[in-house]
Amino acid sequence: MQTAVTILIDGLTYASWLFIVALGLTLVFGVLKILNIAHGSFYALGAYAAASFVSWAAALKWAPAFSIVAMMLAALAVAVVVAPLTERALLRFFYGRDEVLLVLVTYALFLIMEDLFKLVWGTNPYYVSEPYALFGNVSFGRQTWVGYDFALVALAVVVGLAVWWVLNRTKAGKVTLAVIHSAEVASSMGVDVSRVYIAAFSVGIFLAALGGAFTAPMISVQPGVSVGVIIVSFAVVIIGGLGSIQGAAVGALIVGLARSFAVHVAPVAELFSIYVVMAVVLMFRPEGLFQRTQARRI
Amino acid sequence: MGTPSSLPVAAATAAPTRDRAGGAGWRHVAAAVGAFVLLTGLGAVAPKWLTFLMTMAAGNGLVSLGIVCLMRGGVVPFGQGMVFAIGGYAAALFYNRLGFTDAIGLALAGGVAAVLIAAPFAPLLSRYRGIFFAMLTLALSMVTYGLLMKLDTFGGSDGFNLGRPTLLGMKLPDDKVGFILFLVTAGFAVVMAALARIYFDSTRGLVTLAARENELRVEYLGGSVRQAMAINFVLAAFCGGLGGALVVMALGHIEPNFSFWTTSGEFVFVAILAGWHSVVAVFVASTVLEVVRSFSSSYFPNTWQLALGIFLLLVIRFLPKGIGSLWHRERK
Amino acid sequence: MTKRTSAGAAAQRTALALAALLAAGTASAQETFKVGIVSFLSGQAAESFGIPAVNGAKVLVDAFNKGAAPAPYNKTGFGGMKIEAVYVDENGGATKQVQELRNLYDREKVDAVVGYVGSGDCLAVAPAAEEMKKFLLIYDCGTPRIFEDGKYEYVFRTAAHATMDNVALVRYLKAKNIKAETFNLINQDYAWGQDSKKDFTWSMEKLYPGAKSGEDQLPKFGAGQYGTEISALMAKPADVTHSSLWGGDLQAFVLQAAPRGLFQRTQVVFSAADHVLPGLGEKMPNGVILGARGAYGLMSPKSALNDWWWDLYSKAYSVYPVQAPYRMAQALLGLKLAAEKAMAANGGKKPTHEQLAAALKDLEWDSPAGRIRMALGNGHQAVQDTAIGRTRYDAAKKMVVLDDIVRFPADCVNPPPTMKSEDWIKAGFPGAKGCP
Repeated sequence: MQTAVTILIDGLTYASWLFIVALGLTLVFGVLKILNIAHGSFYALGAYAAASFVSWAAALKWAPAFSIVAMMLAALAVAVVVAPLTERALLRFFYGRDEVLLVLVTYALFLIMEDLFKLVWGTNPYYVSEPYALFGNVSFGRQTWVGYDFALVALAVVVGLAVWWVLNRTKAGKVTLAVIHSAEVASSMGVDVSRVYIAAFSVGIFLAALGGAFTAPMISVQPGVSVGVIIVSFAVVIIGGLGSIQGAAVGALIVGLARSFAVHVAPVAELFSIYVVMAVVLMFRPEGLFQRTQARRI
Repeated sequence: MGTPSSLPVAAATAAPTRDRAGGAGWRHVAAAVGAFVLLTGLGAVAPKWLTFLMTMAAGNGLVSLGIVCLMRGGVVPFGQGMVFAIGGYAAALFYNRLGFTDAIGLALAGGVAAVLIAAPFAPLLSRYRGIFFAMLTLALSMVTYGLLMKLDTFGGSDGFNLGRPTLLGMKLPDDKVGFILFLVTAGFAVVMAALARIYFDSTRGLVTLAARENELRVEYLGGSVRQAMAINFVLAAFCGGLGGALVVMALGHIEPNFSFWTTSGEFVFVAILAGWHSVVAVFVASTVLEVVRSFSSSYFPNTWQLALGIFLLLVIRFLPKGIGSLWHRERK
Repeated sequence: MTKRTSAGAAAQRTALALAALLAAGTASAQETFKVGIVSFLSGQAAESFGIPAVNGAKVLVDAFNKGAAPAPYNKTGFGGMKIEAVYVDENGGATKQVQELRNLYDREKVDAVVGYVGSGDCLAVAPAAEEMKKFLLIYDCGTPRIFEDGKYEYVFRTAAHATMDNVALVRYLKAKNIKAETFNLINQDYAWGQDSKKDFTWSMEKLYPGAKSGEDQLPKFGAGQYGTEISALMAKPADVTHSSLWGGDLQAFVLQAAPRGLFQRTQVVFSAADHVLPGLGEKMPNGVILGARGAYGLMSPKSALNDWWWDLYSKAYSVYPVQAPYRMAQALLGLKLAAEKAMAANGGKKPTHEQLAAALKDLEWDSPAGRIRMALGNGHQAVQDTAIGRTRYDAAKKMVVLDDIVRFPADCVNPPPTMKSEDWIKAGFPGAKGCP
């Protein structure tokens, strides 16, 4: 009984982390049709930015509770400054070309950002520890969890609902949905598609940076942080379906619970279980579980 | 779907192609021989590090050649690392476990092994296009990576070494090993390049090109796009396995990283840098990438990733049709 | 003066000037000893192993060139010849490393290569260097396989391999009488983690017969998220929890496990963790038993050489040297002695690769971490002493210190030249001498 509850809780907390981290990736693909390999790099940028912002907040003598605000501001700063810059100065030159070409462009971006991080922040590790202790501990039976992990679950729910609500219940969101369905038709209806692209890309980057910022308290921020995230976000997004919010949520839950189960029951299988699930989904339902974009079949 | 020879578009292309192939075939063979002689001369005078670099470029170029074969049909595989790794592991295992050491034999074994393992996936993969084709191939290569990491009999994450190959029964002398392996690799590259050119100009090659433009039309005219894609996939697998085996022999070491997505990405980059018009461009592009990688490592030890990334961006931005477009004239 | 005489005088003057120039040229165009140094400048091993080692190399080469090192290392450069160092990033995979190695020897024309942390890279470059007949000095790399599975003339490793880390760890537990009837494992799922876990498990079987292994967690390398693994470790707690985690992964694990009480519930032992102590500081729980893969950092033995080295590094980088720079230091010191020994034998000329190899084989020298002896692998693989300690945060010094340090002589925790590590452990450490 204890084990079952533990597996569920672990699956849920890991799934929440996955969801926050992967949501931006699926959004960017849905709107701009770009599979952003540099997604992990924006995640790392969020983590580094959070490290800087939280240390500034500490220097300004903010209360520890406000370190959460500092982290949000860090993610926001990344989105507001870096995202439009990347989109205007780089990505827009490649729109309309092969989707796979754009994958290579984002791969080049990933390489560039790795070294830029070293140049700006150096190779020493950064710690963002104040927020981690803010929420105390939660115990159940013999297990103790850090309250912060549950706060992440709450954050995931809030973020997911917010994105869903904006897309489905606001005018800007509906315009975005129109662009997702067909950029050409939307453009001919008078929608400024390039503005929608900038906005959607910025939101996608904000979410990636948010993931990084909120993960920073539980890791040491140093070179190489982006690498582990890319494949796992990619898997979640494929399973759930590119461009689908519900898909990202369900994909995250599936991966989270599968991994949790593997770790508790059969740790040996953990390494490539994620790849196998991804491959199986792709073979039988390549659009993912919640189709948004149709996989062209002949 | 009917056979190509019984329908209009195929008939229209078949006759001239056969004539063209006859004349062009000899031209290609002559070009291949000439290229090989040139490369032999280059390899004889080049310093050892350059010969090694060209060997790697030729081996990697073979994998990219396979990608170009698929790109002509409009799909880009992002998982050629899988066949590259299979070819390499097959060659290394044949060497270590079966004691089979002939360089040419190992290369062919690598190609065949890759075909045998990749072929079952061909019918499945030939149904998909665009980003899904890329992602499915990527997923397959990562599953291969995961398996190779896990299996201790294949060396696990450290991989394993193989010794010096022999050539047609002869042991290779110490000071000539690099040169001879270069010749073997370059030889295969030249032969495959000529065969690829002949294939691209053949009926099926042209059907592939037509499918890139408009698949529906090709199907209406009786060609089978799925069949073309499946065959292209198998051919690409052979090229990839061949390349993997040759690279492994030059390196003396194999590891699961051969199947990692970044390795596959580099092969795709070379194919894009080359464009799909010219076969020679593929090997030129492969050499360019090796040179850039090598020199950015020396001159920018702390920022070589930055240098490489900028180079990639510049190429993708300013050479949209690849290097091949610099000298290829579209035949009307 | 006739024209001919003035022309002759001019010619004489030009000849003299030219001769003077040439003489000055030869005097100032001194030969340098070019050494290629390869380690992680980017990627996940940069912060923990690569950059500290390269920093150590830089500051040491500088000191050598000024003749500032204590005797017997006080000659300028190598035997009077200045050292020129070329740095290469080890990141990018073993295939790239073989190419870079060839570039270093053939294009940069280095006289020696010192490098490599990743076992996969070592296993790939060693045969390449051997085939090229060029001198290669491996300064790190954990796997014992290099000299147990192969024979080399030109390749050397100046640090002990990873077998001693886990053997020493278990011996420490035994020496301190720590209860270890059950033990859990958490290691990264790749060769390093798997080998470490096996060494620990086999050693436990010998020194704690009847001890039962429980959880065997194998998270992906670079995972960074260990919440689930920590729950599993806490659900079935054991007396001892072993891990060979390192770098960012280790730091993430500690940051995530400590608040949840794992360190109170079990005795955690880390085989290679000293490098995270300066960064983690207070966040590192007290009482954690850990090793540094040698007598390094806070566990280094007191000596004049060590004091000099410690000051040299700390002043340059504002942090004390942990294991990586120490290992680089012992490599460069060994290289220096070998080069000077070869130069003494060949009349002061720059040693060839063969002469260097002959000089380094079976060599012994003093390093800041103690005596290094090239005793295994036919004189190509080093053994050295090691030490294990226990963490404690010292509030006054504002840093983590190590208490209860126990030293293990080389012959206690390294296999003899005649046995492979795995066989030696499984046979119950025959021939182990001087164990505390």
